[in-house]
Amino acid sequence: MNPRAQVRLLEDGKRIHLNDGPIDLIVEAFGEPNEVNTAFRAAVERFRNVLDELCGELTFLRQATRVDGLLPSGVVARRMVAAVAPYCERTFITPMAAVAGAVAEEILTTMTAAARLSRAYVNNGGDIALHLAPGEHFVVGMVDRPDRPSLFGTATVDSAQSVRGIATSGCRGRSFSLGIADAVTVLADRAAVADAAATIIANAVDLPGHPSIVRVPARGLSPDSDLGDRLVTQAVGEISDFEIATALNAGDALARSLIAKGLIHAAALHLRGEAKIVGLERFSAVIKPENLELGWSSASVLH
Amino acid sequence: MPEDDAIRCDACPVLCYIKPGRTGACDRYANDSGQLIRIDPHVVLDRAVSRGDSVVPFLDRDREWDGSLVTGPENFVTAIGAGTTYPDYKPAPFIISSTVQGVDMVTVVTEGIFSYCGVKVKIDTDRHLGPETNLVRAQGEPVGHVTTGEYGSQMLSLGGVRHLTGGSRKEGTVTCETLLNLCDRKPVELTIDEGARVIVQAGKPPVVDGTQEERMRVGCGSATIGMFAKQWFGKVDEVVVVDDHITGVLSEHQAGKLLGVRETGIKMKGHRSTPGRYFRVAEPGTAWGGTNIADPLAILQDFNPKFAWPKLRLLMVSTTGEHHAYFELDEALRPVEKELPAVLSESVARIKENCEPALCTVLFMGGAGGSLRAGVTENPVRLTHSVRDALTRVTCGGAPVYVWPGGGITFMVDVSRMPEHAFGYVPTPALVAPIEFTLKVKDYAALGGYMDHVRSLDSVMEGKARRRLSANPDNPWPLAPGKSPRPRSNQ
Repeated sequence: MNPRAQVRLLEDGKRIHLNDGPIDLIVEAFGEPNEVNTAFRAAVERFRNVLDELCGELTFLRQATRVDGLLPSGVVARRMVAAVAPYCERTFITPMAAVAGAVAEEILTTMTAAARLSRAYVNNGGDIALHLAPGEHFVVGMVDRPDRPSLFGTATVDSAQSVRGIATSGCRGRSFSLGIADAVTVLADRAAVADAAATIIANAVDLPGHPSIVRVPARGLSPDSDLGDRLVTQAVGEISDFEIATALNAGDALARSLIAKGLIHAAALHLRGEAKIVGLERFSAVIKPENLELGWSSASVLH
Repeated sequence: MPEDDAIRCDACPVLCYIKPGRTGACDRYANDSGQLIRIDPHVVLDRAVSRGDSVVPFLDRDREWDGSLVTGPENFVTAIGAGTTYPDYKPAPFIISSTVQGVDMVTVVTEGIFSYCGVKVKIDTDRHLGPETNLVRAQGEPVGHVTTGEYGSQMLSLGGVRHLTGGSRKEGTVTCETLLNLCDRKPVELTIDEGARVIVQAGKPPVVDGTQEERMRVGCGSATIGMFAKQWFGKVDEVVVVDDHITGVLSEHQAGKLLGVRETGIKMKGHRSTPGRYFRVAEPGTAWGGTNIADPLAILQDFNPKFAWPKLRLLMVSTTGEHHAYFELDEALRPVEKELPAVLSESVARIKENCEPALCTVLFMGGAGGSLRAGVTENPVRLTHSVRDALTRVTCGGAPVYVWPGGGITFMVDVSRMPEHAFGYVPTPALVAPIEFTLKVKDYAALGGYMDHVRSLDSVMEGKARRRLSANPDNPWPLAPGKSPRPRSNQ
């Protein structure tokens, strides 16, 4: 039994909050009350072991993934490696780029295996795994800056579409970014896949060598960062409108190529109040809605 | 690799190395100049089960899960680090709204500067600490006095406005420091004029003249006879329970009489109160049963040969079982010490086992005066009335308080129920303590509250610079429905 894990019912009496070290999940499920209850119990039980399992292979998971490299043993860790594998030939990426999404997916999978649910989601700090029974849908709220949440719009995901994962990445989030995007939100089949893609696209929104961008070696901030001595963005100073467009275009091009390869379905890129939105038209996207309640984190499931 | 001044956080198995000024992967633990801390100054009590506790509230409640559970807010903002607007006549730093079971509540959060404040210290010991009313000193300065002796404990009253601001500058400063350390649950060395040197720390056993007190007495000497008479009967002929307050003698005590214990001809020193109960068998001290005796036979006179007999078995024991000795009378009816027989060592162990651990406990006492109340409402006396009418709940760092009856808002709080580092000081000298007033929004409006300064709980939670703490599971939840105990009116 892991004594660190904290589990509580939120004040609305519907969502549960699971916390263990850096893992922070908000979970909600819809269905018959006893099914919801069973799902929550299963989620809690699985949750207790997730962090210990990951930490058992942490050294491996912090190393760059290689084509035909070794596989880790944990199911969450394997999901992480699978999610970053499509990128590892062309760029530096470690399985840690998909950790949040992979954990969300694992908890969601546990819940749907244990109980009959019409809908459910596991939100791991903005990286969200979704479950939709046939005929169901979720409306997802999206933010343009994770540190200053304000919704820029919503997207509707219904069961007929294959999207079951949403992730947001950017240089203002909790993890380090090699790029300058305020936020990149990605819709993909699974949360770990969305997480890895959001990281890659956010890294691509960049102005290499620009003097107003302050970059420092990741290890200088966090000695055991998986990014090692790579330069991560600390601050973005004055940049022109043209430069904003240039940076967004770089990310946009990558997003389009990932959609073309079938890795993701849609992406929304934000920098300094400017946006590039790709593929969202299929998700009844409503941009800048009025009077919407905010969720907790960088992307949130609304209803 | 650990580098220079990075520290390793062991709060979870990620084991982050955290550089000074940075947080770990969780954003919750930080390196503050080489010290691992939970971030930030303003304490938000989180109604999660305390860290390290695996009990799961959701699993507790789900037996009655019906899909429509209603609960109160899971967060309560304490006043710790909130700051104060003193001496300005301005709204308190945080006035926060939340909804509890459908009722809109408001919590006014401020820190009070208390120059009228002190601590009441209860020291569980039977040892004599010093005569009543004598001065208690810290670093040689008078900081309070010895007050009443209570059941198994000695009370000290420390601080108060006369020591804080009525004496020399040094007296005030030392008093303030002493109070702050006691409230922060740090150890403080106190000396009592014509008495003992005591190390006092809230929640820890007292150390009297270098000896750590282990246990409270099980009862006075007479009570101990009553409690254990049956267990002694037949195994020993006479028992004396040595106690500075009331020493008990088995054969003379009502309990012994009822069992038919034979007269032993024992003769005690001291004043007999009622049969088998003796006052002042010796002087107060720090030895046997809170007396000054090291040799228990010193409190006995010669046995009366009319009743006593050779080989009479005598047990002498203190009220904590800490001291004990076993004697048998020789042919000349003189007690000769022998090894304690096994059948008796059990009863001595039983006395020890029934003694609660001796602790020092510290209650902070302060009065919420004019300007603090002015931060809550434009009409300060209405706040006092509202507290008195039990419409407003007062908490201190989220801990429950006892509001003293009569005028003003004078309250006491057990410092061990408050979060760590809850107190501060100002050079006046005076203590800074958190205080929160929680009431219904409509009652707040009625007493002239600053309605336009009310903020939502969410907006406070979103702010940076919040130290989130788990609630003390022994405290009632500050926002739990139900009235606070109503202070009795003097009218």
